[in-house]
Amino acid sequence: MNGNGQPSTRSSPAPNGDGRARSGPPVAEAIDVSKRYGPTVALDRARITVHSGETHALVGRNGAGKSTLVSILTGLQAPDAGQIRFGGADAPRLSDRDAWRQRVACVYQKSTIIPELTVAENLLLNRYDRGRGGLINWRGLRQRARDLLALWSVDVDVDSRAGDLSVEQRQFVEIARALSFGARFIVLDEPTAQLDAAAIARLFDHIRDLQQQGVTFLFISHHLQEIYEICDIVTVYRDARHIITAPVAELPRDELVAAMTGEAAALQAARTRNGPAGPAEVVLDVSDLRMGGFYDDVSFQVRSGEIIGLAGAGGSGKTAVAESVVGLRTPDAGAVTVGGHRPRPGDVNAALAAGVGFVPQDRHQQGLVAGMSIADNATMTITERLGRAGFLSTRRRDTVANRLIDDLAIKTPGPDLEVSGLSGGNQQKVVMARALANDPRVLVLITPTAGVDVRSKEFLLDKVDEVADTGTGVLVASDELDDLRICDRVLVMFQGRIVADMPSGWRDHDLVAAMEGLTVDA
Amino acid sequence: MPETMTTANAATADAAVAAGPPPGRRVGKLAIARLRDLALVPAIVLIAIVGQIINPVFLQPDNLINIAQTMSEIGLLVLAQTIVLVSGKMDLSLESTFGLAPGVAAWMTVAVGAGHGTGLLSGGWAIPVTLLVGALIGLANAALIVRFGLHGFIVTLGMLIVLRGLLTGISGGQTFFNLPESMMYLGTAVWFGVPASIWICVTLFAAGIILLGYTGFGRSLYAIGGNVDAAKAAGIRTDRVLWTALTIASVLAALGGLMLSGRLASVAASQGNGAIFTVFAAAVIGGVSLNGGKGTMFGAFTGILLLFMIQNVLTLAGVPAQWIGALNGAIILIALVVSRITGGKAHE
Repeated sequence: MNGNGQPSTRSSPAPNGDGRARSGPPVAEAIDVSKRYGPTVALDRARITVHSGETHALVGRNGAGKSTLVSILTGLQAPDAGQIRFGGADAPRLSDRDAWRQRVACVYQKSTIIPELTVAENLLLNRYDRGRGGLINWRGLRQRARDLLALWSVDVDVDSRAGDLSVEQRQFVEIARALSFGARFIVLDEPTAQLDAAAIARLFDHIRDLQQQGVTFLFISHHLQEIYEICDIVTVYRDARHIITAPVAELPRDELVAAMTGEAAALQAARTRNGPAGPAEVVLDVSDLRMGGFYDDVSFQVRSGEIIGLAGAGGSGKTAVAESVVGLRTPDAGAVTVGGHRPRPGDVNAALAAGVGFVPQDRHQQGLVAGMSIADNATMTITERLGRAGFLSTRRRDTVANRLIDDLAIKTPGPDLEVSGLSGGNQQKVVMARALANDPRVLVLITPTAGVDVRSKEFLLDKVDEVADTGTGVLVASDELDDLRICDRVLVMFQGRIVADMPSGWRDHDLVAAMEGLTVDA
Repeated sequence: MPETMTTANAATADAAVAAGPPPGRRVGKLAIARLRDLALVPAIVLIAIVGQIINPVFLQPDNLINIAQTMSEIGLLVLAQTIVLVSGKMDLSLESTFGLAPGVAAWMTVAVGAGHGTGLLSGGWAIPVTLLVGALIGLANAALIVRFGLHGFIVTLGMLIVLRGLLTGISGGQTFFNLPESMMYLGTAVWFGVPASIWICVTLFAAGIILLGYTGFGRSLYAIGGNVDAAKAAGIRTDRVLWTALTIASVLAALGGLMLSGRLASVAASQGNGAIFTVFAAAVIGGVSLNGGKGTMFGAFTGILLLFMIQNVLTLAGVPAQWIGALNGAIILIALVVSRITGGKAHE
């Protein structure tokens, strides 16, 4: 049932039969596209060419420019320089959303579904069937939605509430909606991140079906295994540049990993760490920690003076483990022992009292109160030491704060400046200062150098080294190779489990491969 | 009448299901969705029975008309608030608009000498002035919330205080009497044996059900309230829709205030004062979410109907007037708990 004034071409053009033909101009191409955000170069004369019917993988480490390319390819942003072409013709104007929707669609990790509305309404939002008197004809609309889902073989009930769908069903619905606009080129931005193995298999079956029907995919994933499973061509970006485009079959895994990490990185001088001399006391003992949906069966020990890395890609569980140690999350089972004590699980205050200092993942969210001064932020965890009977001595606070400011070389006119006035690197130093304020026996750092400049990064990492030398045990949860390089040992997590234990002196290559869930024969 | 409307809808929906492919699950889900809409109907029936037992006057036509007429004015506020809430905003200033809009009309049309009237305009202007004031307040709210991106709660809280103050200012804190004929009409006229204000209230609720359920504008309110980014991505002009919604709501509040002024033949400086709490309570009891994107106009109607029936029963039962306030509050809390149990989902 299509009618009621709606042009039929919008809802369901027939899929063309010869999907995989490579004739004609590419479905989409980016030619020498550059994009800057302030001082950061997000894309530097990057290019990509996607041909009809292929499934093209785009890989790269964090910050390689993938997301920027996606937002430019889908018309959310204009490139500073360079060109986007669809089917050989120039891209439409940015304001012409309908024209973009007919050429390209993106299924983002973040849902664009409205949970309280039915699947049918979500599919045809703002494209209603009109009945008598211009009122919405729900019956026709439901039927059209049903036809649409049937056409693309999506088995979802159009009358169910969209919020009740599983992640996988939601993605199918979003793909069907994208196709209903006429787009035959679809960007999937890490579609498997929140799916379990069975759902991933079903998604891939579906992608293969759609490939047969002539739909072209650009597939972005952190899991290289998946790329070998369903993609034809892979393009690698690194440091905002295009590195290589090759058929998946002709690019062995170790070469792919090498292209992602770059050989330059491998040449960097390794830091030398002595580690604790001789047997040292265990300051942090994590045994059989388990948390449903995040990690399972995690055990390790950190000794006094030791730096242990916890590596893993997004979703590997490394952050959840580190947050469980500091009491931000409550594990389902297992024990965390800090210097002989067992702080109550899920209680940050107890963890701090037991001697844990920590730098949380996101300094804006959890690390700092932007409108408060440096002194207040840095001493937030030790207020009880700054005065008597619950009253603060501002003099004592400033003394402590000044010591921390000197210690961490924070560039500020004084302790009273609001932290929002500091640069990213200096803000992170304040977070670090707070972590160190209570002279912790165990220091837990979660992505401690994310978004800070090179100088501050060097400084912060040297500081961690220094703190470890005084006998503090350090746990660094990160996927940044530079953060992990200072570690005596790196534990690699993949899908919630520790899969590798690498002593200092690992090769970048091997570590990245392990984080991506691959085993590369050295 | 809203009741008959929805039964008709339910019937067509069932027909659609029967005509479609068989899966039984969908029939069940649809039925449940409809049931949630009707969640308060059993409570209304129960109150009617209890009322009848307490005092046989309860189900007399005169008493029912009395309930319907006293709720018709506040009902328009509930209608207005529901439109705003579904779009994910809230408008506290409706209760002040409810007083100020007819207040300004009275101030301009009541002859000099009688209270604070200025007699600037002839009586015929009263209704247009009332509605115009409502529209201007709605536009001002929209400008602050949509254009300047301020938080709706605080903006309309400030507006509530300003508008109340304006009414106190122009009236000198007193009540306007000797209203022109046109202002009295809607509150006093009787059409086909039933007061005009009841006809207006019911007709507007029926229109509201159609607006929210069957027009692109209404559905875009749900989309905006549910996920504004998704609504934008679907090509909905979210700003324009919000401007319209806030303006419509204020005009409805002005109309409600006009009806009350007509019925009482006066505009008190405190007209509508405190009404917003009953309005929010009715909407939430009726299943409208304070977080937006959820709830129906019919549900909101049952919410306000239930509250007024309970109040009426209390009065008939001879509860002393001093205690009505405390009981009202308690009833709102109980009604929330009951609707939480029958609705099955947390109020957000």
